[in-house]
Amino acid sequence: MIKVSNLVKTFGATKAVNDISFEVAKGETLALLGTSGCGKTTTLKMLNRLIEPDSGTIEIDGQNILSQSPELLRRSIGYVLQNNGLFPHYTVAENIAIVPNLLKWDKAKIEKRTNELLEKLHLPKEYLNAYPAELSGGQQQRVGLARALVADAPVLLMDEPFGALDNVTRSKIHAEFNVLDELKRKTIIMVTHDVQEAFLLADRVAMMDKGQIVQIGAAKELLFNPANDFVKDFLKEQHLQLELKTIKLSDIWQYLPADGRRINTSQLAANAGVWEALDTFKFYPRENINIINQQTKEVRSVTFDQLMSAYSRFKNQVPHE
Amino acid sequence: MNEHQQTLLEFMQQQSDKLLVQTMQHIGLTFISLFIAVVTGLPLGIYISRVRKLSGPVLGIAGILQTIPSIALLGFMIPLLGIGAKPAIVALLLYALLPIVRNTYTGITGVDSNVKEAAVAMGMNKWQVLFKVELPLAMPVILAGIRTATVINVGVATLASYIAAGGLGEFIFGGISLNNTNMILAGAIPAAMLAILFDFLLSLLQKLNFKKVKGTVKIAPVLLIILSCFYFIPSAYGSKLTAGFTPEFMGRQDGNLGLVSKYGLKIHTIVISDAVMYKAAQEKELDVISGYSTDGRLKAYDLIVLDDDKKIFPPYYAAPLVREDALKKFPELEATLNKLSGLINDSVMTELNYRTDYLHQTPERVAKDFLQANGLYKAPQQSNGEVVRLGSKIFGEQYILTNIYSMLIKGYTYYGVETKTGLGGTKIVFDAMINNQIDVYPEYTGTGLLAILQAPSKVIGQLQTSKDSTYNYVKTEFEKRYKIKWLKPIGFNNAYALMMRRQQANELHIKTISDLKRYLNTK
Ligand SMILES: Nc1ncnc2c1ncn2[C@@H]1O[C@H](COP(=O)(O)OP(=O)(O)OP(=O)(O)O)[C@@H](O)[C@H]1O
Ligand SMILES: [Mg+2]
Repeated sequence: MIKVSNLVKTFGATKAVNDISFEVAKGETLALLGTSGCGKTTTLKMLNRLIEPDSGTIEIDGQNILSQSPELLRRSIGYVLQNNGLFPHYTVAENIAIVPNLLKWDKAKIEKRTNELLEKLHLPKEYLNAYPAELSGGQQQRVGLARALVADAPVLLMDEPFGALDNVTRSKIHAEFNVLDELKRKTIIMVTHDVQEAFLLADRVAMMDKGQIVQIGAAKELLFNPANDFVKDFLKEQHLQLELKTIKLSDIWQYLPADGRRINTSQLAANAGVWEALDTFKFYPRENINIINQQTKEVRSVTFDQLMSAYSRFKNQVPHE
Repeated sequence: MNEHQQTLLEFMQQQSDKLLVQTMQHIGLTFISLFIAVVTGLPLGIYISRVRKLSGPVLGIAGILQTIPSIALLGFMIPLLGIGAKPAIVALLLYALLPIVRNTYTGITGVDSNVKEAAVAMGMNKWQVLFKVELPLAMPVILAGIRTATVINVGVATLASYIAAGGLGEFIFGGISLNNTNMILAGAIPAAMLAILFDFLLSLLQKLNFKKVKGTVKIAPVLLIILSCFYFIPSAYGSKLTAGFTPEFMGRQDGNLGLVSKYGLKIHTIVISDAVMYKAAQEKELDVISGYSTDGRLKAYDLIVLDDDKKIFPPYYAAPLVREDALKKFPELEATLNKLSGLINDSVMTELNYRTDYLHQTPERVAKDFLQANGLYKAPQQSNGEVVRLGSKIFGEQYILTNIYSMLIKGYTYYGVETKTGLGGTKIVFDAMINNQIDVYPEYTGTGLLAILQAPSKVIGQLQTSKDSTYNYVKTEFEKRYKIKWLKPIGFNNAYALMMRRQQANELHIKTISDLKRYLNTK
């Protein structure tokens, strides 16, 4: 568990981070979201002491990190840099082995762990002896992730890990990220200015502005209960899409008609977002789709119109604005 | 010229042991200084990349050091470190420092800050960041600096022979003084080849990929030390006294060769430039030196001339050399230059030299005082636009003589004067005259006979002891061969001479060169 209290950092006249407090539970993923220059990176770097705070405390598992040796602390925290920061003079294998070598692992153990990660991250083994310059941006990003994961540190910090990627590659990595078992047991703080990414990957989102956290909570809370105009405006542009992604079919289950005619056999799980259901209509033009509620094993077949009306009835119910 | 003309290859074969020694010394000097420069420059470069505000001053100072002319820098070293290898190495070190410090600094500060941050974030301490990230990534730039430093050092090391540190400069500068092209090339070609070779080897090192560099970097210091040791291999002999001879003296029949063949003199000898030789004798770095009998420093440093009892040093009477076409072009020139004839004897010249060399009066002032004292000085007249070009070699006596001639010409004729002083050795100034770049310069009969005419030993044997026969021989030969005329001798005889400190000579009862030999032979 990470507990941050009253963190302050000023650079000259700039209050980069101005009294920030938050907690991240074990195994939880928190996204720091905000406009450029709002202090996200500064906050993140204070967590592994790349930057020392002016005041405030940071505890990891009840230990004050400011009283630990910074080198030892950093070896227990995975860190993914904004521009991956791979060593250009090290091969992929050597890059991944940096922290294990610092921790004095033996060769066999490093090799085993590296191979395991390559497989999980879908990196072909042939790349082990390649240099970072010979890899594509997406592959470099995966190596960066592998390097941060290799020592299985309980905490992972990521600074705009997928910032430099095109949309297609990013979506692909997002999908992989969501199913990667390595990440499930980690406490993760990731910085992003991509709302979609934050909503997709994080359990909770901390909205930052001018060095402060303006709102922290689950995606739904930010979306339907914005703390102020800043949060509202920040989400405005993509509001509909975000809503459709955030609201799950299970949320609107009660408004879906139970008597729909089943035409085909394909099924969509109810924990998918409304967006995904709409997508299904688009890709396979058909009259209705089957949605299965995994808890009850009940299947409901709905048409496009029925889905949309269930969605609007749900929305009218949710208190907002 | 009359005898068989020696080819370069023959010369190199004949002198192969000397050539080998000089090459080894050259490599040694280059790499000892390079090694020290790397050992000091690398940490300094790293340090200023940490404390950035020091980078300006440090790089500035190193830059200034590099702009000091090499000869001047060597000169500055002598009072501090004496002569020989030490000052040469320090001077070379100072030249090598800038490229190494600068490139280390540039290389390290140029490492991608993202990569450095990643290294820190991964839990590396500052030494690990330095050795695993910064240095390997900066290595190509650092190697480029070392490469530059190496090439600079190979070049500057040729000047080390000026202060008795050896190296290929001995042949190069000896050859220039002796008008011996083979000798010059025997030094210059290996020096150039060393520069090209080392540059090439380092370029290979630079091109190796990062992985291999890691390994090579480890063997590089070892290689440097091995190459450095080359310097110490040759100098393993010694004797009771140490002689310092100029490169010119070393290669001459009327110099060291004569001392060996006629006197059988065997003495531990180092090669040194005329500029620092006297001082080194006074400071007891050297015991016997090859000087000029009219040199002012003889008086200044209380040295005495050993009597040449076997007459190996031919007369060196000074007289103006003039191009014949210049004598036609400037009808009054000959008479004007001859006004000086007979006015300066040995002791007068020594006195004049003493005033420039030791009292540090300007040659202009000494020249003017001399002319005024002899009632010859006249204020300069308006020139008619025609210009007489005077040349001089690069030492005080020649400066005084050219100044006297310049004043005489300006005072007694309507010609203008252009002086080209400091024209290196005999070869350079004489080539300038042959190529019609100067009209007049003062030369010595002995030099004309031996260095320029390279008279066969038979002729030398006939002329050697006689002042007049030597003068007449060179006069006729120069007119015949070069259309250059010897005017009347000025009067003094600036011959080669062996010198010792007066006190030491008295203690050892050495008055003649034969005495010296006898002393050296007693165990
Ligand atoms: N080393 C520094 N020196 C001076 N000012 C800094 C430094 N680092 C950050 N700042 C300032 O602090 C503020 C917050 O910077 P920070 O890097 O935390 O922003 P960010 O939220 O990560 O922005 P971005 O999304 O653009 O990466 C900015 O105004 C920035 O200019
Ligand atoms: Mg940032």
